[in-house]
Amino acid sequence: MDSLSEIIRNSQIWKSIIRHPMPVDRRNRIVVMLTNFFLHLHPVSAKKQGIALSYTWCMGGITFFLFLVETVTGVLLMFYYRPTVEWAYSDIVALRDVVSLGVLRELHRWGAHAMVITVWLHMYRVFLTGSYKPPREFNWVLGVILLLLTLLLSFTGYLLPWDQLAIWAITVGSNMARATPFLGNEGPGAALLTVGGIDMITNASDARFLTLGARFVGEETLNRFYVLHCVAIPLGAALLLAIHFWRIRKDGGISGPL
Amino acid sequence: MHGHLSQAEFLAGMAAFLGVFYLSLAIMNAIAAAFLWESGRGVTLFRVNVFGLYSLPFTTPILWLLVATYFVALSPLAFSGDPYMMWWVSLPTVVIDTIDYWVNPTVYTVGSLVFFGSLFWMRRFFVKPVVAWSCFNLVLLFMGFSMTNQSFSAIVTKADNVPIVGLMFLLGFFTWLATSRAVANDDRALRGEPPLESVDNEKVLVWPDLVYTELICMVAVLALLLVWGLLLQAPLEEPASSVKTPNPSKAPWYFLGLQEMLVYYDPWMAGVVLPSVILFGLIAIPYLDFNKLGNGYYTISQRKFAYLNFQFGFLVLWVTLIVMGTFLRGPNWNFFHPFETWDTHKVEALSNVDLSQWFWNDLFGVARPKAPEGSGGLKQFLYIAYRESPGIVFIIGYLVLLPPVMAATFMRKFFIKMGFIRFMVLSNLMLMMGLLPLKMILRWSVNLKYFISIPEYFLNL
Repeated sequence: MDSLSEIIRNSQIWKSIIRHPMPVDRRNRIVVMLTNFFLHLHPVSAKKQGIALSYTWCMGGITFFLFLVETVTGVLLMFYYRPTVEWAYSDIVALRDVVSLGVLRELHRWGAHAMVITVWLHMYRVFLTGSYKPPREFNWVLGVILLLLTLLLSFTGYLLPWDQLAIWAITVGSNMARATPFLGNEGPGAALLTVGGIDMITNASDARFLTLGARFVGEETLNRFYVLHCVAIPLGAALLLAIHFWRIRKDGGISGPL
Repeated sequence: MHGHLSQAEFLAGMAAFLGVFYLSLAIMNAIAAAFLWESGRGVTLFRVNVFGLYSLPFTTPILWLLVATYFVALSPLAFSGDPYMMWWVSLPTVVIDTIDYWVNPTVYTVGSLVFFGSLFWMRRFFVKPVVAWSCFNLVLLFMGFSMTNQSFSAIVTKADNVPIVGLMFLLGFFTWLATSRAVANDDRALRGEPPLESVDNEKVLVWPDLVYTELICMVAVLALLLVWGLLLQAPLEEPASSVKTPNPSKAPWYFLGLQEMLVYYDPWMAGVVLPSVILFGLIAIPYLDFNKLGNGYYTISQRKFAYLNFQFGFLVLWVTLIVMGTFLRGPNWNFFHPFETWDTHKVEALSNVDLSQWFWNDLFGVARPKAPEGSGGLKQFLYIAYRESPGIVFIIGYLVLLPPVMAATFMRKFFIKMGFIRFMVLSNLMLMMGLLPLKMILRWSVNLKYFISIPEYFLNL
């Protein structure tokens, strides 16, 4: 067997794909971090206490892993789901009752809940270790924006099953937008925005209408939330994640005593 | 949501779950005992004198073994599914009656503050492993005993609420972990030693020391997610209907703190202004915290101000309100304690009074000022401003006059270090955070509805 794996690892095909030898000695453990695309996010070496599990809780890493789980299960769910009032609910029922690997929606939903929790725990750890302090201030800011995107991802996804739970949770949530100061038709100051006696802010032009794409949660909302959930917010989150990770390296690696 | 089952049928359904639950707790404690015994980390709690001959040490492994035995004994009682047997694994009626009599939003919120406050003041006591493990066992025992109550079990096992139960345990664990490391570091600092994070801190290769940890975490999380997904089906209710409003209508769980704020503030505050302030406040943290200590290690005493502010906002306000919004708010957003059936017809008297109402009607015994019929827009506006002047003066005083007072008195050092702009941002953020508890206290004590009540402009504060 040894010789077989030797033959494979010495073949031209293998060597063209995986540039580094087995990371069994010190030199190659360094080489693997430098030449492997998936590992090159990491530094070659790090402070021992900085990477201790009892210090980092691995919550940032788990959050990113859950983001990947959500992406993969999300893409698979998209194969079966049509974001229309006519089909959305019955597609979800079919996902539960008919589609093989019927645990997909569960993985996606529980993964989303878990991701909200791990983001909070990650921020909790970063706060409690004072890791937002200079030189890492801006990475904390990126983290807060990523927190917001995580919540928005979860919120937009909440509507997609198109059941009672979904539309009423989104109705309760989006009713807040109606009360936005100046920009919501029931918000303080909106009445001031009139031109020649005509109200600029009405229930067909306010912040809630922008959120829902309609006066109430309906077909347009479903489409809008679907696109936000599957395309717009994940793209934004992916971009910010990349910067977030890059900044960890540029701001001096995992935090530790100065 | 429940009530279709008789108590006997319900208990029979819970039997298997509770039996396994207590068995798992027994195994968990037995493992703890074995670990402490093997590693020699057990602690002698006290010594037992036997006939004046021997002095036997009562150690933690013995304690956890006894606890394990107790849970083993509970397991068959729970497995029986028999109402008489399960009486032994249920909360005594007197406990439920006490909770029924005492618990309301005021007691819950003030109680949470007192709870977190005493955890903080007595943190040296609570971080001791034997104390923390005892608390953990007691909470699990309380949960188990409560699960034989239909209302409690219905709300806790609701599929979308399970993550919040998990969140509470995770927060408990990680708060304990962080606090015990902080206490250890603070003790070391008193002795003039560097923090634990500085000790034995040479550089190591990321392969294998970090990538293996990450791999194991990934596998563990994926396994947990698969088990969670197989055991618990994602909720799917009836098809959406815009005419059938469920009662209560709840936002997703992570927004329930905001929904709970709606009790005290109108949507423009609770749903728009305060969330924006929270986000802005979080972003501002690194630029307001000028304390150079506590960068990259756990500590409490070196950054008490930042620590207490954050914990007040996160644990006391954010998490506590989410737990309340999820588990304790039922139909019509009425308060229900965990053992109470959600009754749609429960009526709570609301007789809240605006500040202007109290000021003009009660204090001066006159009607609230009102513009004469048919007067112009400006006159209307001025009359409204006059009517609400007590509240307007109060809010302006609160947000504009208090910061200079703070700067001149107990936050003098902050003002000198931070400069005008940064201090103004910090003090206003703190005061905005304080608006919520302030309104809560005024609501509970004097039934205050709004400081400023201008429904004409949708401006109620």
